[in-house]
Amino acid sequence: MEHVVDPAVITLQRRRRWSEAAAFAVMTAFFVVAPTIVYPVFLMKVLCFALFACAFNLLIGYAGLLSFGHALYFGWAAYVCAYTAKAWHVTPELAILIGTLLATGLGLVAGAVAIRRQGIYFAMITLALAQMMYFFAVEAPFTGGEDGIQAVPRGYLFGVFNLGQQVTMYVFVLAVFLAGFLAIYRIIHSPFGEVLKAIRENEPRAISLGYKTDRYKLVVFVLSATLAGIAGATKALVFQLASLTDVHWSMSGEVVLMTLVGGLGTVFGPVAGAFIIVAMENYLAEFGQWVTVIQGVVFVACVLLFRRGIVGELANALKIPL
Amino acid sequence: MLEALGISTPALFGQLLIGLINGSFYALLSLGLAVIFGMLNIINFTHGAQYMMGAFGAYLLLEHLHLGYWWALIIAPIVVGFTGAIIERLFLKQLYQLDHLYGLLLTFGIALIIQGVFRNYYGSSGLPYRAPAELQGVRNLGFMFLPNYRAWVIVVSLVVCLTTWFVIERTRLGSYLRAATENPSLVRAFGINVPRMITLTYGFGVALAALAGVMAAPIYNVSPLMGADLIIVVFAVVVIGGMGSIMGAIITGFGLGIVEGLTKYFKPEASDTVIFVIMVIVLLVRPAGLFGRRA
Repeated sequence: MEHVVDPAVITLQRRRRWSEAAAFAVMTAFFVVAPTIVYPVFLMKVLCFALFACAFNLLIGYAGLLSFGHALYFGWAAYVCAYTAKAWHVTPELAILIGTLLATGLGLVAGAVAIRRQGIYFAMITLALAQMMYFFAVEAPFTGGEDGIQAVPRGYLFGVFNLGQQVTMYVFVLAVFLAGFLAIYRIIHSPFGEVLKAIRENEPRAISLGYKTDRYKLVVFVLSATLAGIAGATKALVFQLASLTDVHWSMSGEVVLMTLVGGLGTVFGPVAGAFIIVAMENYLAEFGQWVTVIQGVVFVACVLLFRRGIVGELANALKIPL
Repeated sequence: MLEALGISTPALFGQLLIGLINGSFYALLSLGLAVIFGMLNIINFTHGAQYMMGAFGAYLLLEHLHLGYWWALIIAPIVVGFTGAIIERLFLKQLYQLDHLYGLLLTFGIALIIQGVFRNYYGSSGLPYRAPAELQGVRNLGFMFLPNYRAWVIVVSLVVCLTTWFVIERTRLGSYLRAATENPSLVRAFGINVPRMITLTYGFGVALAALAGVMAAPIYNVSPLMGADLIIVVFAVVVIGGMGSIMGAIITGFGLGIVEGLTKYFKPEASDTVIFVIMVIVLLVRPAGLFGRRA
């Protein structure tokens, strides 16, 4: 039988390809040019958090799973990366790899437990598991308690490139971010990603069509944890620091906020959201505790007024997918 | 007899008492969460902040109006409950047609605002609050010394929990509530003002949290973040118990408090995590929770 595709779908796919390619070009160009204007460490922070938010968005935006404990993978990968780089003197790419593998393992265990419940319970379970591992981080000797792991050497990438130089480090972080971003893009638009969206829209229906939804949910959870781990490990090298802040629930809340501000379930939203929130924290730092209050207000405003987020609203106004 | 096993009785009972105290707070807070969830289908992330507001209510009443503990026990829950009703009217009401997750996100945002404001004005360190004169002193039970105030906390929270259970499960008002939980539009068709009931339910759940806060003030110090970590433990309690049953929430709350107390005695370093570990085991064995119905 001939496979018939609705012409409207083809048009939509074409437009998607154009709008997303254009947005990707703009984003990449921005991050290439920006370090000449803005402080590079700030941009590297943005890139790490953008990847973190994209990883989180893969779960909430495309599989409909709200993880309220993503700091677990981000923070523990940061710890392990920092520890291996500092105590074992491994090269940076290896330190990131080891940290990321730990995040993958943690994601596998936590995911297997959490997907046993749905919706709101799923969120509470992921939060509780993250809190449990936070207490381990407080007590474990290698994490350095309140001090964290400080003065982590950035080292030589592949034993050749000196990451101690800001430019090299920036190029490296940008490359990691772009690789992660494209991987997520690929996952979203693969047949696997389509099944995820089906589960998000109607899980019982997906089950009745013969999909083992639990398996899909677990796989995407592990992928998301892994990518969050890459972000956390890279962040540890950028700041040469891994600390309790990275595993605390407020970090989990922050990544939710970034994604919400940018737009849940949009490809570019989490990047924009991460930029806005990191910039806000940077420039409002002098207001101390008011930053938390402002974050809370942004949360409330996003939920009540623009649930699509900035990129979502933009895409809606321009009638293009972003 | 226990000494023969190398167990120090006073220390063991001391930890059990602390466990019961913590359990009282877990029970009161998870009860409030369950009542709110039953009616609004929202997990109230603000609960920890509202518990803190109760404790601060007691502190501020004493500092500025010289009203002591007994007044605080009545005034603070009413005032905090009232602010809860306002939050429901202004914000939560707009979310009932949406995915439940938005309720979680919104109440998380509100919690950030409340905790941030209090931290701004009162810093992060704890402020002391004394137990009322009538409840100071200790009682010798023969096998241990029992501080009067702690006995009071356990008794009051038991009474409050059981009264709540009675009202919801055994009275006419409770039957309206349960009916509205099952099918709000049908109950509305019978001429019952369901939106007002929802507002009052949220206010009541919040007032329970504030009451717990007032009772906690003399035991723990009053501090802006006192509810922030506690609420996560209470979430685990709720996952373990399942939110379908009022009695389930009460029993799970007290039970887990006791388990935590025992852990503090036998393996102190595991006491922070024991409830989370139990949560994992329960999820593996009985995913719907101990008292939950499979949704």
